[in-house]
Amino acid sequence: MPVAFTTRDLTKTYGEGRSAVHALRGVDVEIPAGEIVVMLGASGSGKSTLLNILGGLDRPSSGTVHFRDLCLTDLNDARLTRFRRQHVGFVFQFYNLMPSLTARENVELVTEIAENPMAPEEALEVVGLKQRVDHFPSQLSGGEQQRVAIARAIAKQPEVLFCDEPTGALDSATGRAVLEVLHEVNARLGATVLMVTHAANIAGMAHRVIRLADGQIREVEVNATRIAPAEVVW
Amino acid sequence: MSPLDRKLLRDLGRIKGQVIAIMLVIGVGVMLQVMMSGLVASLSETQRAYYERNRMADVFAPVTRAPQSQLARLSQIPDVARVEGRVTGGALFDLPGEPIPIRGKAVSLPDQGEAAFNAVYLVEGALPAPGARDEILLLAGFAEANGYGLGDRIDVTMNGTRRTLRIVGLAEAPDLLFVAAPGEMVPDPARFGVIWMRRNALSAIYDMDGAFNEALFSLSRLAVEAEVLDRIDAVLDPWGGTGAYGRDDLVSDRFVQEEIGGLATMSRAVPPLFLAIAAFLLYIVVSRIVQGEREEIGLLKAFGYTGAEVGAHYFKMVLIVAVGGAALGCALGILSGRAMIPVYTQFYNFPFLVFRPDPASFVIGVSASIAAASAGGVFVLRRVFALEPAEAMRPPAPADYSRTITFTGRFGRMLDQPTRMVLRSIARQPLRAAALAAGIMGGMALASAMTTIYGAFDRMMALSFSVIDRSDATVYFTRPLGEKAALELARIPGVIAVEPMRNVSAVLRNGLKTHRGAVSGMIANPEMTRAIDADHAPIPLPAEGIVLGQALADILEIGPGETLTVEVREGRQPVLEVPVARVASSLLGAPAYMRLDALNRAMREPGRISGAHLQVDGNRADEIYRTLKDMPSVAGVSVAETARESLQKLMDQGAGSARYIMGAVAFIITFGIVYNAARIAQAERGRDLASLRVMGFSKGEAGFVLLGELAVITLVAIPLGSALGYALSFAIAAGFSSELYQIPATFDPFSHGFAASFVLGAAVVSGLLVKRDIDRTELITVLKSRE
Ligand SMILES: Nc1ncnc2c1ncn2[C@@H]1O[C@H](COP(=O)(O)OP(=O)(O)OP(=O)(O)O)[C@@H](O)[C@H]1O
Ligand SMILES: [Mg+2]
Repeated sequence: MPVAFTTRDLTKTYGEGRSAVHALRGVDVEIPAGEIVVMLGASGSGKSTLLNILGGLDRPSSGTVHFRDLCLTDLNDARLTRFRRQHVGFVFQFYNLMPSLTARENVELVTEIAENPMAPEEALEVVGLKQRVDHFPSQLSGGEQQRVAIARAIAKQPEVLFCDEPTGALDSATGRAVLEVLHEVNARLGATVLMVTHAANIAGMAHRVIRLADGQIREVEVNATRIAPAEVVW
Repeated sequence: MSPLDRKLLRDLGRIKGQVIAIMLVIGVGVMLQVMMSGLVASLSETQRAYYERNRMADVFAPVTRAPQSQLARLSQIPDVARVEGRVTGGALFDLPGEPIPIRGKAVSLPDQGEAAFNAVYLVEGALPAPGARDEILLLAGFAEANGYGLGDRIDVTMNGTRRTLRIVGLAEAPDLLFVAAPGEMVPDPARFGVIWMRRNALSAIYDMDGAFNEALFSLSRLAVEAEVLDRIDAVLDPWGGTGAYGRDDLVSDRFVQEEIGGLATMSRAVPPLFLAIAAFLLYIVVSRIVQGEREEIGLLKAFGYTGAEVGAHYFKMVLIVAVGGAALGCALGILSGRAMIPVYTQFYNFPFLVFRPDPASFVIGVSASIAAASAGGVFVLRRVFALEPAEAMRPPAPADYSRTITFTGRFGRMLDQPTRMVLRSIARQPLRAAALAAGIMGGMALASAMTTIYGAFDRMMALSFSVIDRSDATVYFTRPLGEKAALELARIPGVIAVEPMRNVSAVLRNGLKTHRGAVSGMIANPEMTRAIDADHAPIPLPAEGIVLGQALADILEIGPGETLTVEVREGRQPVLEVPVARVASSLLGAPAYMRLDALNRAMREPGRISGAHLQVDGNRADEIYRTLKDMPSVAGVSVAETARESLQKLMDQGAGSARYIMGAVAFIITFGIVYNAARIAQAERGRDLASLRVMGFSKGEAGFVLLGELAVITLVAIPLGSALGYALSFAIAAGFSSELYQIPATFDPFSHGFAASFVLGAAVVSGLLVKRDIDRTELITVLKSRE
């Protein structure tokens, strides 16, 4: 299986001196392409930080990140932007919709600049929001907003999908629906899905589970058998 | 439409109040620019075309009586391209129903063909028939103001003889763009008449057969005017030449030039001020938006939008406001320019005047607004570019209040929590608070300065007509008479007091600075017309020496103790060296005062007066004026009340009327600034406010936190703005002042109080608008939305 991401001795330090926070302390990890990878860890263990660096949103303090043969740490801002534009989709820990745009328009924001996007309506249909395309975020519930965010991330048919606690704020039924979508995207489009979560149960549907603690990889576990999203219990 | 553009429009819609306020500020800036530069272009182009088409003379040489043969000599002067003689003379109009005689002049038309210079522009009718003795052209503005038309007859006294003349045409001429009776500072189209007659007829009246009393010249392109003037004077001296002068010294040309110059100065100075304010407002508003949208910016960047694309999005917002405001300004500029045209056709005798906006002014207006707006935008965009997506995506850290003021001690404990929040938020962002204060300060300065100027116009009137000149009427004689003439005036029933005076026309010279004007000789302790100092106390005239009005001292760049050269243009035409004794604060014209006896001694014409100021019994005024009208020695009477009315009219409808536009603009801008400040406070504090409400503070208490900051900033800004406005009022007064009248700027407590109340009022209204919005928004909506 080809490798999507490789990191070498990745560190990230916020601040300096006595108040410095070492969010990552030497992370070496490989993410194979085409897998669903779940990242687990206590709050503050560095999950979001690692995700942001892999996704080209942030730069490490030291170490290297490769996406296939492309060294992300060598790219200038413009090239890094191009990388994000062409290859990756994001679903953030907080909903992050544009409040002044409708659901459809929020999705269009991404399809506009993507190379091979789905129709915005189609993406919204995948997350079951076909009826709400013209609603503004303030008219949607938290779960619905999160699903719009997912529709937006998958609409560009990305090679890699980063999801930071996509189900964090959702009830179990909605959560399962979201997981179904992620599963679909992985199975049908062959997208690599990297998901941060606190719910250990979700790990069951992943190909691979990475556990972080204190800014370091504690353990990488490959699931021999995977459960279907519908079987995930909260 | 791309979703980003849709976001843009909705965002603009959300802050439409602010958008409109800023567009208005930009709009009025551009409006003034388009209007003023358009007027400058229209006036100078019209004047140029008129001068060219009607062959305006370059040099004018008045003379007592020179034989026609002298023209050949004059034409031989090097650099004289062409010369022509004509006959002019004083005329007195007797209008029915008008108790006082009205002054004017008569000008000759060639017996055949067209005049070489200053050709008349025939508004209506035809030229007098060659050889006709009683047919005249009448100055169109005068005819209109007094209700005369073609075919009407008018009584005119010329050279002591009264004639009834028939009006066959109405005309204007390029040397009569602006007319005012000599000695009278206020132009009034109804009070100075001009007639044109065939040369033959006029020569007979003034005894000028085979002679001329004014020569007109055109000069070759490279001529040095001063040299030519000297040579002309040398030729005409034996014939009673009173000094040739160039076009620049012609009263008509000088006032038009001054008007155009004043407009040009203002069009360069005022609009940039407004654009700077607009740039500042845009900066504050857009930077606030960008600050509030850091997550959106991060999100867009995370999706792969480049910094340039995101920057362009916010820049478009700036552009829309700038271009919208500028377009509005261009439209308003054309409208107001058109509206100003009648002002100029009423006070200046332009045969045609069309407002043609200067195309460059559109380009300048639009690009200056874009540049100003961009200047504000650039600082903001720098932040957009600098923002890292990962940083933006993190929920914003709570603002750091740890390093602001702490409230300890008795005073600290007296403050309640909401007050502390207000003070802390000011202390935490002192620059932002200072910027808002600077904005409100600017508004206060503009408003107080403009109100001061309004008051100054009235003060100018009051001072001129009740302190400087307290006479009811001034009588001018046809020529200097003996002092007995004053006694004769005093004997007219109803005349209470008479104060003789003598006006002598002269060229005043200090080195290279010259002014063609007059010296007023006054009695030792005048009661009616006086020179006053800055404190309005009368200045006693010294036995020797001259007292100059401020405007004249400025023109000549001369001060007390220096010596002024006075080249008298009457009688023996002596050249006097007179020490400048004092500078008086004058508001009307550019007077020079001397003691009557000293002036007469210098002229070697003892006991001569050229007129007198009168105090009359108001009930018998008409009777008195009628008596004066019948006295052959009286050339004219100017009535203070009429002069006052004409001046008021000139200031309200003439150039001074720009003060109304500028005043309105100042108040619009002030409101725009204050309103924006309130909206900004709302956007920044809206969330805090909702949280306070959730915690159980009442609406009033929460509103206090929100608007308290605005109140503190406003209260700090008002006194500072007042000081700035004081300084600004001097600059604006200087802009409005001309040789015709000067606007005195002083500290005017009423104006500052008025402006302060306006700023406070604007703050209260804006605060209420904001509060109404807040009361209407659901708590939950505020807490749910991230901004
Ligand atoms: N901008 C920042 N400045 C300082 N410290 C930061 C910053 N961002 C993150 N950190 C710190 O880095 C560490 C890792 O943060 P990160 O957001 O990666 O944790 P996480 O594993 O995603 O936690 P959670 O499950 O709560 O989302 C934390 O201790 C956090 O406090
Ligand atoms: Mg996290």
